Amino acid sequence: MKEKMEAVAEQKIAIDLYKNGQNRKVMEPLFRWTSLVFAGLIVLSLAAMILVMVVESWPSITTFGIRFIWDTAWNPVTLEFGALPYIYGTVVSSIIAILVATPISIGCALFLTEMAPSWIRAPIGFLIELLAAIPSILFGLWGLFVFMPFVREYIQVPLNQFFGFIPLFAGEPRGLGMLSAGLLLAIMIIPIITALARDVISAVPSLQKEGALALGATKWEVMRKVILPYSRVGILGAVMLGLGRALGETMAVIMIIGNRPEINLSLLEPGQSMAGVIATQFNESIHSLHVSALIEIGLLLFLVTFLLNVIARFLIWKVSGGKNGVRVVQ
Amino acid sequence: MLSKRFSEKKGVKGGLLFLAILMLALLVAACGAGNDNGSQSIDPAQTETTEPTDASDSTEQDQAEQDSAADDAEGGEEGYAPPTANVTLRGAGASFPHPLFMSMFYDYNQQYPNIIVDYESTGSGGGQRALKEGTVDFAASDAYMTEEDMAEVPNGGVIHIPITIGTVAIIYNLEGIDTGLKLTQETLSKIYLGEITRWNDPLLVADNPDLDLPDQAITVVHRSDSSGTTSIFTDYLSKVSPEWAEKVGSGTAVDWPTGIGGNKNDGVAAQVAQTPGSIGYVEFAFAVENNLTYAQLRNKDGYFVFPSLEAASLAAADAAANMPEDTRVSLVEKGGKDSYGIVGTSWLLLYKEYPDPDKKAAIQHLVSWMYREGQKHAEPLHYAPIPEEIAQINDRNLAKIK
Repeated sequence: MKEKMEAVAEQKIAIDLYKNGQNRKVMEPLFRWTSLVFAGLIVLSLAAMILVMVVESWPSITTFGIRFIWDTAWNPVTLEFGALPYIYGTVVSSIIAILVATPISIGCALFLTEMAPSWIRAPIGFLIELLAAIPSILFGLWGLFVFMPFVREYIQVPLNQFFGFIPLFAGEPRGLGMLSAGLLLAIMIIPIITALARDVISAVPSLQKEGALALGATKWEVMRKVILPYSRVGILGAVMLGLGRALGETMAVIMIIGNRPEINLSLLEPGQSMAGVIATQFNESIHSLHVSALIEIGLLLFLVTFLLNVIARFLIWKVSGGKNGVRVVQ
Repeated sequence: MLSKRFSEKKGVKGGLLFLAILMLALLVAACGAGNDNGSQSIDPAQTETTEPTDASDSTEQDQAEQDSAADDAEGGEEGYAPPTANVTLRGAGASFPHPLFMSMFYDYNQQYPNIIVDYESTGSGGGQRALKEGTVDFAASDAYMTEEDMAEVPNGGVIHIPITIGTVAIIYNLEGIDTGLKLTQETLSKIYLGEITRWNDPLLVADNPDLDLPDQAITVVHRSDSSGTTSIFTDYLSKVSPEWAEKVGSGTAVDWPTGIGGNKNDGVAAQVAQTPGSIGYVEFAFAVENNLTYAQLRNKDGYFVFPSLEAASLAAADAAANMPEDTRVSLVEKGGKDSYGIVGTSWLLLYKEYPDPDKKAAIQHLVSWMYREGQKHAEPLHYAPIPEEIAQINDRNLAKIK
C-alpha cells in the first residue's frame, strides 16, 4: 500500500517536472520581462521625481538663478530666498554625526565580532538592530526632553568654559544647536553603521586571522593589519549609508537644531537643515515663490546627497586600489 | 523517500505563505489606521444614524431636522434648507481650526446624515492652493487671501467667512515668576527685535515693579514652521512697532531678527519649558491646556489684559463695527477696555459659484450652521466664538453665492 502511494507520488513529480518543462518556455521570458519592468520602474520614478521638482522649482530657479546656492537671505515676507544656511546646516550636522559615529561603530562592531563572548553577541546584535528601527520622531522627542538638557549641562557648558576661546565653542550654551543635532544624529546612525560593519567584519575569512595569529600577531595587530584592511571597503560603505540617513533626517533634527537659518562658526549656535525647512514651512506657506524655493531646496538636497555619494564611491575606489572589489592587503 | 522530502518542502512553503499573508494583513491594518489619521472624514457609516429603515433612528433624524428648522426660524432671515440628496463636501486648509471643525462636522453629520464633510488639515497655504486648483469645495485659512491670489480663484471668485477667532498667548520660563508678567507693545516688540536682551532691562522692571526680575539673558523662541499663529503674532508686532513693520513685516513665516525656532505649538512650548529665561508665543488654547505661564499684555486703551476668549471676542466685536464687507481685515490691537491685542480671524474660503445646486445648498446650510449653531463647540475647545455682528456680515456674504 505504502509503496504504491510512493510510486504514485513519484509519478506525480515526474508529471510536474514535465509540465514545468512546458512552462519554461513561457515562464522564463515572463520572469525576465517582469524583473526588467520592476527595475525600470525605479529609474522611471526617480526621473519623474526630478522632473517634477525641476518644473515646480522653475519660478525660483529663474528668479534667483545660481546665486540661490550661496545666498544667505531667507525672507518669506520680502520673498528673497537663498539656500546656503540650510546647506551648511545639513552638511555640518551630518559631518559631526559621521565623525562621532564612525569610531564608536567600528569599535562596537569589532567588539561584537572578535572579543565579546558568544552568549552576549546575539542579544546585543538584536538590540542594535532594534535601535536602528526606532522611528526618528521618537529620537527627536527624546532628544528634546532628555538629551538636550544633558548636552547643555555636561557637554556644552564645559566646552564653552574651557574652550570658549575657540570660535567653534563660543557663544551661549543653550542646549539647542548644531552640536546637539550632530550628536543626536550620531546616536541615530551608530546602529546602522555598527550592524553593517559587523556583517562585513564577520565575513573576513578565519584563515587570514589564524594565519596572522600563527605568525605571532596580537589581537590588536590582527584587527589593525588583517581585519580592518580586509573589510575597509565594506565599512566605508556602511559609513556612507549612515551618512545618507544623517543627510535626510528630518524630524529629529527639527526638534533639536534650533531652526535658525544662519551660518555660525560656533557649534553651540542654532542652525537649520534642508530637510527641516521643507518639512516645517511647506504646509502653511502661501506665496507660490516661497513654495517654489522650498522645492528647489529639495532639489539641492538631492544634489548634495548625490555629490556625497559620488565622493564616497571615489573614496571606495581609491581605497580598494583602483579595482571595484575587495583587495587583501599584505 | 523522494516524496517525503517533497512534502517537507511543501510544508516550508506553506509556512512561508502563511507568514506572508500574516504580514500582508498587518500591513493592510496599519495602512487602514494610517488613513484614519491622515484625513478624518466623517461619513454616515461611522455615525449611529445610518440605517434609514430603522424606525427609531429616522424619528431621531426628524427630530433633529425639526430642531434646526426651529432654530432657523428663531435665528431670523437666513434660513437655508439642507439638500435632500447625498452630498460630499471636500475641504482643506488651516490646521489651527482643525479640532473645532472635527467637533462641528461630527455634530452636523449626526443631524444631517446625508451630508458628508471631509476636511484635511493641510495648512493655510495648502488650503489656498487647493482652492485655486479647484480640488476642494471649500478651504480654511488663518490669513486672508491677497488680491493677487484672489484673482486666480475659479468659479466666480472667493468669499471670506470668519468662522472662529484665534488668540495668541505670550509664554515664558522665569524661575519663581508665575503667570502675570506685564508686557507692553513696546517691550514685546523690542524683545523680539533683539533690542531688549536681559530680563532686568529697565523697561521691563518699570512695568513690573512688584516682580523680582532676574539678571538673565532672554532666549527668544518663535515658530520655525510657517503658521497662522505666526501670521497673527507678526501682524500684531507690525501694527504696534513701526520698526518691526519696516525691518521684518508679517506673514506665516518671517525672517526673525533673533531667537531659536520650535516646531509647531508643542515645539515652542517644549523649547520654552526646557530653556530657563526664555519667552515664546503659542495659541491660547495650547497655553491653557498645558498650564503654561503666560503674560498679560497692555492693550490699545492702556489696560493690562490676560488673554481670554471673552477678551478675544470683544476685540472681534470692536473690529466688526468698521469691518469691510469682504471681512478681509486684521483683528490685532483693537480698542476696548477689556479687549486683548494679539487676536486673529480664521476664515472659511468659499467659491462664489457652485454649479451643482445640491452642493450650493449644502455649503450654504453647513456654513450658516457653523457660524451660528456650531459656535457652541468653540468654547469647550478654547476657541473664541464669532460675535453676532460678524455673523450678520457672514449672512449677507453667504447669500451672494450662486
